Amino acid sequence: MNEMLWAFGRASGVIALILFTVTVLLGIVTRSGRPLPGMPRFSVSIVHRNVSLLAVVFLVLHVGTLLFDSYAKLNPIDVVVPFLGSFKPFWQGLGTVAFDLVAAIVITGLLRRRIGQRAFRFVHWFTYAMWPIAVVHAIGNGTNGTSGWFLLLAAGSALFVLSAVIWRASAGFLEHAQTRRIADVYREETR
Amino acid sequence: MSGSTGTHALHIDWTRCDGRGLCTEILERALTRDDWGYPVATRGLPERRTDAPLREDELDDAEEAVRLCPLAALRVTRVAAPTAPRAGRRVR
Amino acid sequence: MTMTSEPATAPVVQAPAGAQRVFAAGAAADHEAHLRAFGPLPKRDPGALLDQLEASGLTGRGGAGFPAWRKLAATGEAAAQRRRRGAPILIANGSEGEPLSWKDEVLLQNAPHLVIDGMLTAARTLGARNVLLYAGSGSLAAVERAIGERADARGIEVVEAEDGFIAGEASSVVNAIENDDPRPMDRTVRLAESGLRGRPTLVHNVETMAHLGLIARFGGAWFRSVGAPEDLGTRLITVSGDIPRTGVFEVATDATLASVLQAAGLQQGSAAAALIGGYHGAWVPAVSFGTPLTPSGLEPFGAQPGAGIVHVLSDQRCGLRATADIVEYLAGQTARQCGPCMFGLPTLATRFTALARGQDAEQSAAELRRISGLIVGRGACHHPDGTVRLIRSALDVFARDVRAHAHGRCTRRP
Repeated sequence: MNEMLWAFGRASGVIALILFTVTVLLGIVTRSGRPLPGMPRFSVSIVHRNVSLLAVVFLVLHVGTLLFDSYAKLNPIDVVVPFLGSFKPFWQGLGTVAFDLVAAIVITGLLRRRIGQRAFRFVHWFTYAMWPIAVVHAIGNGTNGTSGWFLLLAAGSALFVLSAVIWRASAGFLEHAQTRRIADVYREETR
Repeated sequence: MSGSTGTHALHIDWTRCDGRGLCTEILERALTRDDWGYPVATRGLPERRTDAPLREDELDDAEEAVRLCPLAALRVTRVAAPTAPRAGRRVR
Repeated sequence: MTMTSEPATAPVVQAPAGAQRVFAAGAAADHEAHLRAFGPLPKRDPGALLDQLEASGLTGRGGAGFPAWRKLAATGEAAAQRRRRGAPILIANGSEGEPLSWKDEVLLQNAPHLVIDGMLTAARTLGARNVLLYAGSGSLAAVERAIGERADARGIEVVEAEDGFIAGEASSVVNAIENDDPRPMDRTVRLAESGLRGRPTLVHNVETMAHLGLIARFGGAWFRSVGAPEDLGTRLITVSGDIPRTGVFEVATDATLASVLQAAGLQQGSAAAALIGGYHGAWVPAVSFGTPLTPSGLEPFGAQPGAGIVHVLSDQRCGLRATADIVEYLAGQTARQCGPCMFGLPTLATRFTALARGQDAEQSAAELRRISGLIVGRGACHHPDGTVRLIRSALDVFARDVRAHAHGRCTRRP
């Protein structure tokens, strides 16, 4: 039974990470205001949200199964308070931090209209912190964290995310960046 | 009757809108886009394109556009008939 | 028609005759001089005052020209209908962001007591609990001195206005006072219903308040004894540009543009056109200077009396160049909130400058027309609309110059 829980806990963790990677990539595409082949802009937005919720499901399964796996030595408090764990407290604590961030990001996302745009955006920026923390947690804490295949997966994901972030910061990122450039000259006008 | 306009409008809060264009996809007939990506009402007077007139059969799509707008810049408002004393009452 | 620097001849407490009204107490009038010229401020009951105001036909002097009594009545009604909203607020707007206008500053420096009288009267009629005066730094000293001279003005709150062309827009004023953010707000509900702190708010130009201060004393019938039937009374005009005597004049509303320019010393035939209504106004060609500065007189040119701004362009200057400079300025004065304005105006400015320089003139003119049509009515305030009005007017009035520029020539020396 324990073996099964442990295996499921690891598998769901890996799947959650893959889904969060896809979420971050779709989030950046959403921000650009651009469509994808076969996916209009509003679809990109919806799929981004749906994948993130699916990722949360697997994250909950990941944490849930490991709570019942005696080998993992996970206490309920460790789910929300980081660095108190008995097994590899630092690396596991990173996972807790990532989990807390996900909770905040998802809750503010679902309640966006209630809490207002500014609060939502402030918390949403933390996705850029959440993702690398989750990856480092996986490498440091995961049973297969340092296995060849997982490192390959992590490196590949990091490459995708890094490229997307570089794209995010580039001048041509927004769909209408070209035509909107006209305003830059007037930005420096003094009143 | 589902094709008539005049009862509802999509109010655009220009101070929030960033011209991402989701609404222009969902409400293809009510909105197009300008050179910089911002929505342009296809109906109504040019001077009053902050409230894009909606047809009855577009109301559901309009609610979806309101929900999906990444900047929360949209609102569906009920437009009073011209003879009424007040125009533009907000409707949840 | 006299300029503000000339003092009143004989102090009387009779209703001012003719068009010399708001400055009848003389330059920099203190409270004593003010009372000598106009007499004490009567305390009419709100209903009677509203009747006089309606009878007077006074329209707003801040630009929009809306009937003053109607705005007041609407705010009062909104306050009465929902007491939960809170007591109404009166804001006198003297911020005057338009560079071509300084009548409000001159008014506040020379006749602050008349403005205060109007504010107190309006506040009383409205039942307003808070009275604010929003004015630029140049006027503050005079206003504060005037308030200090009289006990009844102690409750007036003076707020220093932000600089900037659009800072004087009504919702910008409310936003600046409430949130320290002088940018227009998205409004689905009128200020009369919900404005500052969610309370019914009446925003009136300071000149409108000055006229109100006179109507409170001398009545609506007196006010309408001068001026055009469609838009009564007198108004302050700021004259600027290529003309010997720039400054602020008080004129009857039916005065012709030619008579105003003559009083400002314009040499016959030396002007090509005059810009009426400021940077958001429209050009009137010299051949039409005989038109009165009334709504119907100016309507054919797409202009309105507005805030009484007249800017003269000499026939030695290119109208397209002059307009291009204005559009460049306006493009730098957006609040940078609303896409159509933030990107549309710089695009228009770039195109207009190209047109003025004769670069790609025909294409530029076509693009100007296209983009103008694209941005009208799209924005939280009327900055795009006003700019488009100016551009369309210039393309119309200076059409000959557009054709000349398309052929690489200019009809004036640049």
